[in-house]
Amino acid sequence: MATVLGQRLRRKEDPRLITGKGQYTDDVQLPGLVYASILRSPHAHARILRVDASLAREMDGVLAVYTGEDLEGKLGTIPTAWLPPDSDIRTVPHSALAVHRVRYVGDGVALVVASSRSIAEDALDVISVDYEVLPGTADQEIAMKPDAAQLHEDAPGNVAFHWQVGHAPDDVFAHAEVTVRQRIRQQRLIPNPMEPRSAVAQYNESTGDMTIWATSQNPHIHRFLLSGILGIPEHKVRIVAIDVGGGFGAKIACYPDEALVAFAARELGRPVKWTESRREHFLVTTHGRDHIEDIELAGNRDGTLVGIRVKVLANMGAYLSTAAPGVPTILFALILPGPYTIPYAAADVYGVFTNSTPTDAYRGAGRPEATYLLERMVDLFAREIGMDPVEVRRKNLIPRHQFPYHNAMGLEYDSGNYHLALDKALEMAGYEEFRREQSRLREEGKLVGIGCTTYVEICGLGPSQVAGAVGFQGGLWESSQVRVHPTGKVTVFTGSSPHGQGEETTFAQIVADRLHIPMADVEIVHGDTDRISMGWGTYGSRSTPVGGSALAVATERVVEKAKKIAAHMLEIGESDVEFDEGRFHAKGAPGRSVSFQDVTLQAYLAWNLPAGVEPALEGRAFYDPVNFTYSFGTHLALVEVDKDTGEVELKRYIAVDDCGRVLNPLIAEGQVHGGIVQGVGQALYEGAIYDEDGQLMTGTFMDYAMPKARFFPTFETAFTETPSPHNPLGVKGIGETGTIASTPTVVNAVMDALQPFGVRDIPMPLTPERVWGAMQKGGMEA
Amino acid sequence: MAGKALKRMVKLDVNGTCYERELEPRDLLVHVLRDELGLTGTHIGCDTSQCGACTVLVDGEAVKSCTMLAVQAEGCSVTTVEGLGKMGALHPIQEGFWEEHGLQCGFCTPGVMMAAVGLLAQYREPTEEQIREGLEGVMCRCTGYQNIVRAVANAAERIKATESAEIQAAVAHVGERS
Repeated sequence: MATVLGQRLRRKEDPRLITGKGQYTDDVQLPGLVYASILRSPHAHARILRVDASLAREMDGVLAVYTGEDLEGKLGTIPTAWLPPDSDIRTVPHSALAVHRVRYVGDGVALVVASSRSIAEDALDVISVDYEVLPGTADQEIAMKPDAAQLHEDAPGNVAFHWQVGHAPDDVFAHAEVTVRQRIRQQRLIPNPMEPRSAVAQYNESTGDMTIWATSQNPHIHRFLLSGILGIPEHKVRIVAIDVGGGFGAKIACYPDEALVAFAARELGRPVKWTESRREHFLVTTHGRDHIEDIELAGNRDGTLVGIRVKVLANMGAYLSTAAPGVPTILFALILPGPYTIPYAAADVYGVFTNSTPTDAYRGAGRPEATYLLERMVDLFAREIGMDPVEVRRKNLIPRHQFPYHNAMGLEYDSGNYHLALDKALEMAGYEEFRREQSRLREEGKLVGIGCTTYVEICGLGPSQVAGAVGFQGGLWESSQVRVHPTGKVTVFTGSSPHGQGEETTFAQIVADRLHIPMADVEIVHGDTDRISMGWGTYGSRSTPVGGSALAVATERVVEKAKKIAAHMLEIGESDVEFDEGRFHAKGAPGRSVSFQDVTLQAYLAWNLPAGVEPALEGRAFYDPVNFTYSFGTHLALVEVDKDTGEVELKRYIAVDDCGRVLNPLIAEGQVHGGIVQGVGQALYEGAIYDEDGQLMTGTFMDYAMPKARFFPTFETAFTETPSPHNPLGVKGIGETGTIASTPTVVNAVMDALQPFGVRDIPMPLTPERVWGAMQKGGMEA
Repeated sequence: MAGKALKRMVKLDVNGTCYERELEPRDLLVHVLRDELGLTGTHIGCDTSQCGACTVLVDGEAVKSCTMLAVQAEGCSVTTVEGLGKMGALHPIQEGFWEEHGLQCGFCTPGVMMAAVGLLAQYREPTEEQIREGLEGVMCRCTGYQNIVRAVANAAERIKATESAEIQAAVAHVGERS
């Protein structure tokens, strides 16, 4: 049988999704369901003097109104679950509803539960709150100034943590022939999965069971944390997240809202639903990025890079979200040297509290920030020494024979062939030809540019021992259970929790391949803590390398046991059994065989099993990877800038990615396409803007520019396949590569196009206004 | 504050079924479809009529059901994703999305497919540019649109192939008679 691994198979999850039969959280209907809405602070920083909810409580259809004070002692605080070591981290208390003080626009002030959505929303309008407005700021640099308003008593100077890593002494920069310095601002982004967050909670008073349907990337983490917040034992809490409409990191965190819904369901004895409006999503669901970076990159005139260091002010928002402290530290700084043989690297990171929405993981989480600054700096360096930026990269890329390679921060890159991906991308683009064409077009007055990024990313998170060492308050292994039924059909239970990544298909491919059974015979179950023993979830491009590897190991265990039973049935030694084409054969006597289904049936009948073999047929694995996986590649973008308007047109985009072995090219390409658009969104369109008072000015899709279909050409994508040497599938991660690589690629291309104007940097997003402005300014200077 | 007295009986024709419900005049079509009729295939992705996740067909035209009051749909024929096609008898646009991996999380998909049906009614053989422009009213955060564009082109091919097969069959039928 031809293997199904590596095939372009259409997805198993699609039939329900294209016929409108998906089960997203807001689709859940229950008898007696009531609806919650949350009153949110209109001020960035204020003292709550009085909350009067009496009118709301009297409204027809309103069941209850709770304020922060009502919840005191009844509901735990919202925890932070990543505590980078040696960072003097201040895990300030975060109440589910604000008590006495609000710290950002959107901070919850009161919870209403009513018989309909409309009544719940109407009731918000008649709750009267007296605020004493306090000074505040959403800007991390201002928040660190000595006279800035303090957000938390226990965080002097609004410093949430201060963390340093690496070694790049002054000598390196003093002795290098060239040091380029630049301040880069990586703007704040708003994740905006198309499905808003939602939760439905049902409490059974007689059994004490709490079921919460929730938009979650990691239901077991939510169970663990919500159990603590609610004070309900873990085995009495069930989290269900069957169809989740995208996450991009925003559905990792444990938010106040899900806890509030569950609290109300228990108090009222009624199932309660809450779904955020898009406006609420903009205001309260975690944001991403928001760094101010001062960077130095040192090298010599022959193109060799020798050192990089960066000081980062990372905006954490008003509270420390679940995984937030790990993002601008561990996930950012350890990959700072990127794919290059840079011997010295260091990062000095301040996490800063401001009066803004908490930030946390957003697609790529830390790695896009590191890649962006490095790739921008490499281009500035290349410009400084007058070398083609592609040649600078080629010169510094880690050569193939040096893998496994230890980077300057101590990470061990598992495998790579960086030059191969670079050459392939250059060939696809026709790079040399483009450079010749560019000079000609410039003479005609056309502003065209080409941008390049060579990247490596940490994915496949990760070895649990390392997770612990870097302060992540959890493991990062994954569970898998392969249950073969008497007829040979298979149900798989995975701790991965896909929400668009297609693992119902790729995981079925892994099992179907190893058991030689049709794809239709394999069902993947995910997203339910009652059905799946444990799981750490889907983020950090970990599902296939970790969850998929767990599944490969569990399936191998099924084959091992089935072989024992087959050997007994065939009356031969176990070592004489071969499993091929779905049958167990006696070696050298292919006529003597039993089918996989013969064996599965006998496993369950258990009439005549070999000594010491238990009935039934299941394989389990709790797989902890020995290392991260390191995907890499080269992206190229060709842009044209309109001289009169400053508008950037993306003409071509070439992506060559290496995620190890590709299990399903159709799905892998889809991940790359989506990632590119999200990254280009940061480069050209998206950006959260707060005004001086901490009001979010970009709080709807009318003000926050989401990428649309017409903004893009057809992307040209390809893969090289350099297997990871340390997992059974040879796979790496592909979910974040596009986002990591495309932002610097496009910005580098625009800067290349603007080279005649002497423009060095433009803060993202590169809107027509900013580009045009830079041309005017640069042009005048030139 | 909306009082119950404002409620009135509204008749809605959705996917060929006639429903009667007591509704408030302010009830949006999308809320009625989801909460009253249980047709949860139509999704809500924003509150400013921009994302297009709630797109349905009203008398054959793609309409964002969050911009329409349910009472306005009285007397119209509404089609939601549930009325588009079923497994075994999928609509060409559903086939196209499945074949070309035009969806990832699937949340925007019903609305995008409905918008695409509207688009294909306008252009029989749309160019890539026409498809990209025609998807202006919808947002997708997962796919980067590339495979959505392919899915729509795929559906256009399917519709064309079906039509030409029908024409050929009709011609053959005429030939047999003569």
